[in-house]
Amino acid sequence: MDTEITLRVDGAAHPLTVDTRTTLLDALRERLRNTSPKKGCDHGQCGACTVLLDGRRVNSCLVLAVTVDDADVTTSDGLAAGGEPHALHRAFVEHDAFQCGYCTPGQICSAAGVLAEARAGWPSGVTDPGEDGGDLTDDEIRERMSGNLCRCAAYANIVPAVAEVAAAEGVRR
Amino acid sequence: MREFRYERAADPAAAVALLAAEPEGAFLGGGTNLVDLMKLGVATPDVLVDVRRLTSAEITDLPDGGLRIGAAVPNADLAADRRVRERFPVLSQALLAGASGQLRNRATTGGNLLQRTRCPYFTDVTTPCNKRAPGSGCSALEGVHRNHAILGPTLEGPGTCVATHPSDMAVALAALDASVRVLGADGERVVPMSGLHRLPGDDPSRDTTLRHGELITAIDLPALGMPSRYRKVRDRASFAFALVSVAAAVRVVDGVVDDVRLALGGVAHRPWRATVAEEALRGRPATEESFAAAAGAELAAAVPLRDNAFKVPLARNLVVRTLLQLTEDPR
Ligand SMILES: Cc1cc2nc3c(=O)[nH]c(=O)nc-3n(C[C@H](O)[C@H](O)[C@H](O)COP(=O)(O)OP(=O)(O)OC[C@H]3O[C@@H](n4cnc5c(N)ncnc54)[C@H](O)[C@@H]3O)c2cc1C
Ligand code: SF4
Ligand code: FES
Ligand code: FES
Repeated sequence: MDTEITLRVDGAAHPLTVDTRTTLLDALRERLRNTSPKKGCDHGQCGACTVLLDGRRVNSCLVLAVTVDDADVTTSDGLAAGGEPHALHRAFVEHDAFQCGYCTPGQICSAAGVLAEARAGWPSGVTDPGEDGGDLTDDEIRERMSGNLCRCAAYANIVPAVAEVAAAEGVRR
Repeated sequence: MREFRYERAADPAAAVALLAAEPEGAFLGGGTNLVDLMKLGVATPDVLVDVRRLTSAEITDLPDGGLRIGAAVPNADLAADRRVRERFPVLSQALLAGASGQLRNRATTGGNLLQRTRCPYFTDVTTPCNKRAPGSGCSALEGVHRNHAILGPTLEGPGTCVATHPSDMAVALAALDASVRVLGADGERVVPMSGLHRLPGDDPSRDTTLRHGELITAIDLPALGMPSRYRKVRDRASFAFALVSVAAAVRVVDGVVDDVRLALGGVAHRPWRATVAEEALRGRPATEESFAAAAGAELAAAVPLRDNAFKVPLARNLVVRTLLQLTEDPR
């Protein structure tokens, strides 16, 4: 069933007519030609489609586009403000945190979410009970990034890439 | 995916009225389970009524020290709430043991409670499954059932189903004696957690006692006043459903168990409140021996399948470890 929506993506508003069945991921990729978020599993299991929705990381493959016509969507592309790479982009390049790169835009958006969650003091499943979650140790990064699978298994380089930015932002002691 | 109409309502009552007129419609929370099941052809609603921002997204204090959690509170926010972390750590830990950071950001409290089983045959429309297609049979009984139920399944007849309830959060809520506030066409009612989820009985198609079109508006947590903890065992260290999990709270006075709450996850069609073990523990010395005896008493009712008997000792050991940990280091 066709519905008119406006998607605000990486700072630009796009009026669109979409079938209600369209996911945010498909709207971004197939309609707006923003191929930064990737389709891995289409079921919430791999994280390749991760984008920021009003600053929070979500799996865009499980979000219906009609439900977010009043939200700000940021893709990994959009994190490169004015074409300048984001600190996470640089760190991933410096640490060689990928091989094929398919999972990378999702990893980057997820890592941006992890940094914001740590700044807010959110705990994770490996945070000591009673402690705040503001110190992104390697174990914390692994746990918090577990929703992003990397088929090339670049994990050993993804963790230090995220750690470097976390340290620079004061959420790693 | 079947075509559907997408509706927003002005308020909860309007959403309930909308769905009352749509026998094949469904409420949409975060969509992390429902949209998935729609893609798979397992859920086929013709109308979606979006309730993600319709019910309260607030957590408010109740006069007795308890909390009221709006049904729209995202799983991530509930886990991070300082009052939850201080007063009900078992709930925060259960949420953080489930799904991923991305999913928890989008998933709602109401939707989490009503998420459906992860039985692989339930989600595969080409296979028989009594829960999805009543009367078609249960593929899991003789098939892949390593992660299926050991307590309270239906093992024969048209109601056969050995599925488990997948929610971690619900296990903590069962231990916490939470109650669920529900709005229906006839007004509001309160359903205790112990009366929300069902065993398969003779109708595994129904996960809960809710009727079509009833909207969860909030969850009430009564004050707990004892240390609590959640532990989950799974096939990988993170981002996997439970093989077995336990939500526990215990208060020890002079070496004796004064009060205790225990619920198990991954073992039954509903969060399994371990009332037999609780009964066996009250007034007993808080020792490894009593914990093991109580866990054994609860699991005496287990009816494991060909490939999931490992869950019986796993559940027993997990109960004992969790209670020991809680009594030795009750943070
Ligand atoms: C890859 C993956 C891994 C996961 N791992 C875990 C895990 O380890 N542990 C765990 O516990 N969960 C896990 N989950 C499940 C996740 O927790 C649920 O998908 C989520 O909590 C559902 O919430 P939602 O708001 O998105 O629900 P929705 O998908 O929107 O809805 C689920 C159901 O609830 C109904 N509903 C929604 N809101 C209401 C309401 N207010 N009143 C009445 N009915 C309502 C809907 O109609 C639907 O039937 C996982 C999910 C995925 C995709
Ligand atoms: S265990 Fe239940 S959900 Fe799984 S195939 Fe059998 S009837 Fe279906
Ligand atoms: S494509 Fe969305 S999680 Fe895999
Ligand atoms: S770099 Fe290839 S999937 Fe991660």
